[in-house]
Amino acid sequence: MDILSLFVIAPIITVAVLLFAKNLQQSRLISLIGSLVQLGMAFNLMFTYLAERANGNTSIMVFTKSVVWFKSLNIRYDIGADGITVFMIILASIVVLAGVFISWKINDLPKEFFISLIVLATGVYGFFISLDLFLMFLFFEVAVIPMYLLIGIWGSGPKENSAMKLTIMLMGASALLLVGILGLYFYSNPDGNLTFNILEIAKISIPAEVQHYLFPVVFIGFAVIGALFPFHTWSPSGHASAPTAVSMLHAGVLMKLGGYGVFRVAMFLLPIGAKEWSWFFIILSVIGVVYGALAAIKQTDLKYINAYSSVSHLGLVLFALLMLNKTTWNGAIIQSLSHGFMTALFFALIGMIYERTHTRDVRELGGLLKVIPFISVIYVIAGLASLGLPGFSGFVAEMTIFVGAFQHVDLFHRVATLIGATVIVITAVYILRVVGIMLMGPVKKEEYRLLEQATWYEKTGIFLLLIPIIIIGTMPLWISDIITESIKPFIERML
Amino acid sequence: MNLEMFLTMQNELLLVALLLAVLIGEIFTSQNGKVKLINFSIVGFAIITLIGFFAQPEGSMFGGMFHTNRLIQLLKNGLNVGVLIILMQSARWLKENLVPQKKSAEFFLLMFSSVIGLNFMISSGDFLMFYVALELSTLPVAALAAYNAYKRQSAEAGIKLILSATLASGLALFGISFLYGTTGALYFDDMAGLLQTSNLTILGLVFFFAGLSFKISLVPFHFWTADVYEGAPINVASYLSVISKGAAVFIMMFILFNVFRAFYDIWQPMIYVVAIATMFIGNLFALRQQNMKRFLAFSSVAQAGFMLLGIINISALGVTSVVYFVLIYMFSNLAAFGVVQAISQKTGKENMDDYNGLYRTNPMLSMVMMLGLFSLAGIPPVAGFFGKFFLFTAAAGKGYYILVFIAVVNATIALYYYLKVIRAMFLRRSENPIPHFNNDVFMKLGLATASAGILVLGLYSPLYDYIQSISNLIFN
Repeated sequence: MDILSLFVIAPIITVAVLLFAKNLQQSRLISLIGSLVQLGMAFNLMFTYLAERANGNTSIMVFTKSVVWFKSLNIRYDIGADGITVFMIILASIVVLAGVFISWKINDLPKEFFISLIVLATGVYGFFISLDLFLMFLFFEVAVIPMYLLIGIWGSGPKENSAMKLTIMLMGASALLLVGILGLYFYSNPDGNLTFNILEIAKISIPAEVQHYLFPVVFIGFAVIGALFPFHTWSPSGHASAPTAVSMLHAGVLMKLGGYGVFRVAMFLLPIGAKEWSWFFIILSVIGVVYGALAAIKQTDLKYINAYSSVSHLGLVLFALLMLNKTTWNGAIIQSLSHGFMTALFFALIGMIYERTHTRDVRELGGLLKVIPFISVIYVIAGLASLGLPGFSGFVAEMTIFVGAFQHVDLFHRVATLIGATVIVITAVYILRVVGIMLMGPVKKEEYRLLEQATWYEKTGIFLLLIPIIIIGTMPLWISDIITESIKPFIERML
Repeated sequence: MNLEMFLTMQNELLLVALLLAVLIGEIFTSQNGKVKLINFSIVGFAIITLIGFFAQPEGSMFGGMFHTNRLIQLLKNGLNVGVLIILMQSARWLKENLVPQKKSAEFFLLMFSSVIGLNFMISSGDFLMFYVALELSTLPVAALAAYNAYKRQSAEAGIKLILSATLASGLALFGISFLYGTTGALYFDDMAGLLQTSNLTILGLVFFFAGLSFKISLVPFHFWTADVYEGAPINVASYLSVISKGAAVFIMMFILFNVFRAFYDIWQPMIYVVAIATMFIGNLFALRQQNMKRFLAFSSVAQAGFMLLGIINISALGVTSVVYFVLIYMFSNLAAFGVVQAISQKTGKENMDDYNGLYRTNPMLSMVMMLGLFSLAGIPPVAGFFGKFFLFTAAAGKGYYILVFIAVVNATIALYYYLKVIRAMFLRRSENPIPHFNNDVFMKLGLATASAGILVLGLYSPLYDYIQSISNLIFN
């Protein structure tokens, strides 16, 4: 079995074993073992990948494997990985493991919960490793559907509506995506041997007028899950209603499919369209960045604050991708990773606070630093990382993005960059506001003094997410070297 | 013509033999033996289904009025499996409700007659044969629809079905008479060469299309669907929605491709408009249904619209995608109908609200239902996703990207109402849920077969490649 297919097979085996679990203890143990194995595999993948590159393997994708699936349509099980894939898989495996820890005490239908969670993870892994558009689309939908059950059954608040809205919007986006994929397929080879393979399609140049129509279709199809303004509305309500682990996975991993797909499919395969349309989508993404941050200031529900902050941060990813230069692309990927860990951490902390105080309304909270110091301190750290304090991942990402964006000398890009850069200040406002109201000051209610401290499994989950944030923040060059290596084919094709 | 040639009608002949055996058996069995006769009929049909999978001779008879090839045999086998699932799902209903009324054997008589009619219909190579087979397949079903004789709705369903069916076949016959009048031929092959563009032939084509559209319940000929499905016994509704619809779609495609190939410019916009209308009307009406049978009725109207997307690509790719989709749709719909049947048989509940909290009392039934609905909605990795994707590929292959987009938007609308059922079963709780119950062996087998089909057909690609290879031979 090759090293990449394992990422699909291991979760499936986990699910198969989970089917026989009898109670909460067994389900969480099985899921824990399964996700630990996946984490191990992810690191193994990284080291094998580095060794492969050190040995001088310079092909675009390594560990490729190709098996014919539907012969008459030339649909193949094509997989492969580059540096970006490797990092995304590490992100996913860490967040899934942390999610299992955070859901340690899930009471209602535990077996089904963990099964849905792992199925979602399968979709995400599969999406990242596929090189075949059909396969990619299939895994995309596999990743989205469990969200409906996860939010609908185990969520809170208006969960039925949020779940439905999320599913319908994402599936509606995949409608566009499907049209785009079929378009790519039928233009993939002028000689008649059609293919879904990304690397094969990248060898030819699709006619410019076709790219003109296809690019926005494919771009929007992916960008909806990356919370592109104005298609972001599913995200805040979905986050707010979802149970903690699902919010983590959702914001931390699932929304990354958007940026990844935009980069790997829309921009890589349709470079002319990307250049033609970039101005339009830059405007949308800048609006998303600023709007998300401003909306976060006005929210009182902790989860909504974070959801809007995600809209803002992921808008920045799209913004950076559309800036079409080496540095911003590098920054976009680091931002994806950094946001993945940070938001997951935030949602984990919010879940812990909510479990103890039974409210997520900032106005009802206060002085938590005195009563639950561990959780509060980590919250402050996560907040500082999010607003871009040097030494944490957020700083590296935003710095790279804005430095890269300023390399464009024309007025339009300059103005867009300047407007986008205001987000640094706005982020500080909403983060510090929450920290001030919720953590500082006198203890609001007497019963808060009796709150339970963080348990071992919660601490494990937190550290799992905190360590990568610090690693990215302190050794960015090592990461950006690997990413730069993987961006090369994109640069050759586009710039 | 020698006797061996009759073997090309192997499937039909075996069915007639079984039908006669059941009829004679009915005379010689006491009231206690009726239950055994039901088991015998189902097992007998299973054996016929099994025989069908071994090599069957190909060829044509009666100067081309009847012909088979590997594609038709594949479809016949598929339909046999579908009927078998329906029979297994209705075993309990037959034993509990029909044996006391002393009309269990007649059920098989009518059902098998209709199946024989469908078999002849998809094998027909001549408009006369086609018309006779169409009638043979429809009339028994009208009797079956009125089978719950003591329920007013059932009688209503019967009368509605027979009225619209006769109107439809009247229209089709009218159209055929125009075509015969202009060409003087009835054989498909002859007619294809003789047809000239004239108002009369176009009128003939339209009438013929309209007549067959009733059977497939394409908009605007879908009005009977919901009422009949609601009133008729559930197994009859599922028979109408998968078996009879699947066969009709196939023969319509066959005739459009072979006889009216030169008229592509005329029927292509027809199909285009009807497909869009069917998808939208089916889906929008399904949104607000509470009764599960009406709900599935409108969902099956919408699914018929999707099938037209394959027909519009007039090539082997289109044929493959339609046949493949019909097979998948059959299993998916039968899984959903089977669960509705099981619950209705046990508790008499047929509304969506009654399903609230079903997962907590009957997890297996809910899982089967979820599989079926996901497959209908086109969610991977179950088969429906592949079926829909290939239909869309076929339509996009001819450059109909707008149509594909409309279809995928419709698939999203459809997802909403399929999720409504999932929501009732999984998300909601009920103070008065359907209690846990066990199904009989036949029902379990029926549901298991349907679920296995849903799980395997999509992921197992050789089936698709096989269909593609034989339709390449036939349609190129």
